[in-house]
Amino acid sequence: MQYAILCYHSEDVVGAWSAEEDAAVMARLMVVQDRLAKEGKLGPVVRLLPTTAATTLRKDTDPPLVIDGPFAETREQLLGFYIINAESLDEVLDIARELGSANPGGSYEIRPTALFFPGPPA
Amino acid sequence: MPDAGWIAATLSGARPQAVAALLRYFRDLDAAEEAVQDACLRALKHWPENGPPRDPVAWLVMVGRNAGIDGVRRRQKLTELPDEAVLSDLDDAEADAAERLDGAHYRDDVLRLMFICCHPDLPATQQIALALRIVSGLSVKQIARVFLVGESAMEQRITRAKARVAAAGVPFETPGAVERSQRLAAVAAMLYLVFTEGYTAATGDGETRGALCEEAIRLARLLLRLFPAEPELMGLLALMLLQHARAATRTDAEGAVVLLEDQDRTRWNRRMIAEGLALIDKAMRHRARGAYQIQSAIAALHARAERAEDTDWPQIARLYLALERLNPSPVITLNRAVAVSKAEGPEAALALVETLGERLGGYFYFHGVRGGLLMQIGRGREAREAFDRAIALASTAGEAAHIRMHLDRLEKEAADVGSGIPHASSEGARSGA
Repeated sequence: MQYAILCYHSEDVVGAWSAEEDAAVMARLMVVQDRLAKEGKLGPVVRLLPTTAATTLRKDTDPPLVIDGPFAETREQLLGFYIINAESLDEVLDIARELGSANPGGSYEIRPTALFFPGPPA
Repeated sequence: MPDAGWIAATLSGARPQAVAALLRYFRDLDAAEEAVQDACLRALKHWPENGPPRDPVAWLVMVGRNAGIDGVRRRQKLTELPDEAVLSDLDDAEADAAERLDGAHYRDDVLRLMFICCHPDLPATQQIALALRIVSGLSVKQIARVFLVGESAMEQRITRAKARVAAAGVPFETPGAVERSQRLAAVAAMLYLVFTEGYTAATGDGETRGALCEEAIRLARLLLRLFPAEPELMGLLALMLLQHARAATRTDAEGAVVLLEDQDRTRWNRRMIAEGLALIDKAMRHRARGAYQIQSAIAALHARAERAEDTDWPQIARLYLALERLNPSPVITLNRAVAVSKAEGPEAALALVETLGERLGGYFYFHGVRGGLLMQIGRGREAREAFDRAIALASTAGEAAHIRMHLDRLEKEAADVGSGIPHASSEGARSGA
């Protein structure tokens, strides 16, 4: 079975970490991640940029509506995610619209990534 | 159990919202500040025991309101409110308060609190000091350290600024669309003042100044979260991030200015740059031109260039022209001249610079740029005169040292006839550099 571990924390708190504190947390995480990678248990690891960099595509309307900011509804649940390589927000929005036309309803929250480790080769 | 770092970060993160909400409630800045202060003290006592509340802002507002009411009307029996000691367990009460906070008033509360600091009669330094005191909650001692003045002098300044603001009487009605956008523009300018104070200040140590930049970024982020569809706020935050990304490389070990073209680009903060670029991408979709967006686009072109010689100077010159048209100012023209010198050569730039002499005669950067251009063209004597005037106008030792470096180079040129044309190195004026 593959699992996704979704990381939640207060942006204000994490954002207030000094560079040293941030680096210390990352270093501690790397110890765990290195071991998991050696055991063949680790897939991609992603750190996202703050929610102020987020854009949301509401696909319960036709055409879908682009909204600045993160996904804010609490009645809907996170059901999955994609990692997309795109040149710009416009390009990733086009891709999201295409995915949305195949699967209307709900929303896509688009977040640029801050860090991406692909994980060890399978 | 929440640790001390978590509590401190949460309290400072929640403070602007809590003061803002209580300001609407009490309609009195001192009462709002005292109530939040009181609530923070109780948080320090209760959070470690009872665990963190689900919504810290709502907790502070509720407890602060209780404390305020207690202070004002201790004898009067008004609405019974729950004791703060049990609040952390009262999910329902918290959810209720959080819902009221999320209402339409909330973002205007925060905007109002920041707008209070932007009173046009207050000089820039007082706007900054007031914002750091009432929005960020820095102590008078901390603010005094930023401006390198005594604590009592700073206390007096802040008290005077507050009295001025109170006399001005900011209305508490929900602002209309036009007024809201005027407030946003004023607040954006004030936040950028806080940032540039940290970015360029001649005073204070590097750590204090860096903290000021980070505080401006934090407040801009808060404002953008509340007004997520404002492209100029995206531009402002992007501009700050892209400039702050270079903080570690802007001065050398001795505190001397390191020019953009000489900075070690591998030490620029890539995450801040990525965030800045993502924000510009978002802003562009709105097709609503604005000064912060253009300035951030200029900063982005610098950030995107892996080496100084990869910089897209023709595009930067075009962006400065767009900025000049939007917001005519000789300082922007001076910046455009620097870009033109890189894109088209020193002669074209000098022609532009010579038109500014009357208006920028007392400006350090004007003489620095002019001297640099004259030096490139080989008019050494005039260059030396311009550099001398720049040194006379320098406000920091770093600025003066940088110009002196040019002068030394000129001396060496004079002594060492036969060497090639000196390496072009013009000092960029502030914005975007």
